[in-house]
Amino acid sequence: MNNELLIGLLILCPLVGFIINGVRYNRPNAYLSGGIASTAIGISFVCSILLFIELLNLPVETRQIHVRFFEWITVDTLRISAGFLVDQISAVMILIITGVGLLIHLFSIEYMHHDKGVTKYFSYLNLFVFNMLILVLGDSLLTMFVGWEGVGLCSYLLIGYWFTDDQKAAAGMKAFITNRIGDAAFILGMFVLFFSFGTLDLQELNALAPAVAETSWMGAATLGTLFLFIGATGKSAQIPLYVWLPDAMAGPTPVSALIHAATMVTAGVYMICRLNGLFISAPNTMMIIATIGGLTAVIAASIGITQWDIKKILAYSTVSQLGYMFLAVGVGAFGAGMFHLMTHAFFKALMFLGSGSVIHAMHEEQDIRKMGGLRKYMPITHITFLFGWLAIIGIPPFAGFFSKDEILWMSFHSPLGHPVLWAMGALGAAMTAFYMTRLMCLTFWGKSRVPASVHPHESPWLMTLPLIVLGILSIIGGWVGIPHVIGAVLPGHPENVLGNWLGPVMKAIPGITEGDPETEWLLMGVSVAIATISAIIAYQFYVRKTEMPGKVAKALGPVHTAVYNKYYVDEFYFAGIINPIVEISKNIWYYIDVNFIDKCTYWISDLVKSAGGIVRNLQNGNLQQYAMYVAVGIVVILSYLITRI
Amino acid sequence: MLNTDFLTIIGLDHYLILSSILFSLGMIGVLMRRNVIVMLMSIELMLNAVNITFIAFSKFTANVDGHILVFFVMTIAAAEAAVGLALAVTIFKRFREVNIRFFEHLKG
Repeated sequence: MNNELLIGLLILCPLVGFIINGVRYNRPNAYLSGGIASTAIGISFVCSILLFIELLNLPVETRQIHVRFFEWITVDTLRISAGFLVDQISAVMILIITGVGLLIHLFSIEYMHHDKGVTKYFSYLNLFVFNMLILVLGDSLLTMFVGWEGVGLCSYLLIGYWFTDDQKAAAGMKAFITNRIGDAAFILGMFVLFFSFGTLDLQELNALAPAVAETSWMGAATLGTLFLFIGATGKSAQIPLYVWLPDAMAGPTPVSALIHAATMVTAGVYMICRLNGLFISAPNTMMIIATIGGLTAVIAASIGITQWDIKKILAYSTVSQLGYMFLAVGVGAFGAGMFHLMTHAFFKALMFLGSGSVIHAMHEEQDIRKMGGLRKYMPITHITFLFGWLAIIGIPPFAGFFSKDEILWMSFHSPLGHPVLWAMGALGAAMTAFYMTRLMCLTFWGKSRVPASVHPHESPWLMTLPLIVLGILSIIGGWVGIPHVIGAVLPGHPENVLGNWLGPVMKAIPGITEGDPETEWLLMGVSVAIATISAIIAYQFYVRKTEMPGKVAKALGPVHTAVYNKYYVDEFYFAGIINPIVEISKNIWYYIDVNFIDKCTYWISDLVKSAGGIVRNLQNGNLQQYAMYVAVGIVVILSYLITRI
Repeated sequence: MLNTDFLTIIGLDHYLILSSILFSLGMIGVLMRRNVIVMLMSIELMLNAVNITFIAFSKFTANVDGHILVFFVMTIAAAEAAVGLALAVTIFKRFREVNIRFFEHLKG
């Protein structure tokens, strides 16, 4: 098969699925519409695998498939074609998107089959996958931006999917508006880059990036990448624009798994990896990215400790894990960022789907205080969730251990890194272990606090199958990126497959040296130890000595209240930004629009009206008067003509 | 010696003076009278004043064009009278009057 056909099929199948399901949106047959949607994604998944194999067969130097379907925009020097690029980075992404996407589609069939609008739901999901594929495959920033906006739209549609509930509709709008702020910066970034480099093509931008690292803050690369990064903070929920993601949990749970954990929110990380050549030449931007990433990882994790809503905890965990990815790309470890993106997609999608399974069994109950002891009722969900838990807290040999460890090591070892960044990462890891263990304890272990009216049950196979597949991936997913020091002691000396695979397209960090294996082992041991101790403490707190959390909360007093209320960030945004803007707008409306512009137009219309009032007396309907006008007119003209002679 | 030619010899001037007097009478009738039928009659009067001018010029310049035009004017006048009278009848049916002042709904 030729590549154009493959890429065309890959992208268009979800679109066709969207159109089919979109046209028959009011037929609530979950199995049929889910079947159509899953088939579409299934074909795309097969195409992704074929493209991946195609890529494997190419020699390393020319390992990319680049197709241009048509010229899209041609204005002077701006030439944008509908071009799609499959290389090492985007190949990994399309496999994740279509693979995890397929599993989530299957899960959705059972999860959503009571819903009346299920066909609409599946059409939105397909549209999302279509846009996400455009985003990752687009060969220029502009085509990427098309997908970038498209996934934002789908995210809005799916968060506000149950739009009859005002709160959920508001959550959708919050997500959309917050993303718009980031998108505006993204557009500015494109302007800066086009203005300075004269192209928006990703590969050309990477090639044109200044060879010597830019030290000035106002340099083209620094400014452009900073704006792009602000765009990424919106889409990937980083400080200061992360506030929309926890609220986005208003959408159906599989949506949270697909869009708000595995794929869309990683778009920012992906974009930075895509433009790694440009970002690495702007160390100032990199420093900011790493700092923001580290801070987000810590702060979001700390909020996660205090939440009671199972999905909110996972949402803050996602924000925190995305922070890790930004920490990774911020210290120049783009490969590690992509690696964590991949493993996170596996274990976080798994945990969201697991939480969906739990919520389904608990009849739409999301408060973990009303759960507990679910291990007995839902063995498969429990086991798979257990794998996800071990993966996220970074216990070897589960997936998260390798990726998180690589990030922590790089944040310490890279010339762009700093021990403080490592400390932030390690602190985040400790908190992650704590809140995830807390979630496990309160949901699956300990005594049952389930109300008597609810009878939890294991979910049907269509829901457990994706859980099992993702559970397996959460174990083995990390084995593609085994660090060298571990590979050296393991039998068979496995290589860092993913690192080697991504290596050719990732620029090396300037000034990186060979790491000291002993330090690496030490840091690895420290981070695993921290996570284990933290997990054991959490187990003690929430299973053994259940009175302890309350005591600690009381001892911390105002600190706990602040964290529990998410540091009052939403309140601060309302008081500091949103309300002043609303007030200013109101004043502008009142004083400028109503009192000035409107008055001016009224004055003009009054003038015309009064002038008309005078002239209208001439047309009074009296025929004889009209005849008089004619007669007088003739007399006047004739007398003029006569006197002239 | 008083020139009496003007009184004894009928010339073009006399016709033109007669025509202007008739035309002015007709115009005053159209502008002043309220009765639609009288107005129509006044219009006929104006047309005939014009006809007199045509004939007079035709006679004194020995040109037959004026005669021909007069026939056209008479034909058109007949048609116009028919339409005008029909309008007058309609107005009468509507208002039980033929006063033009009742007929001024088209004011601005």
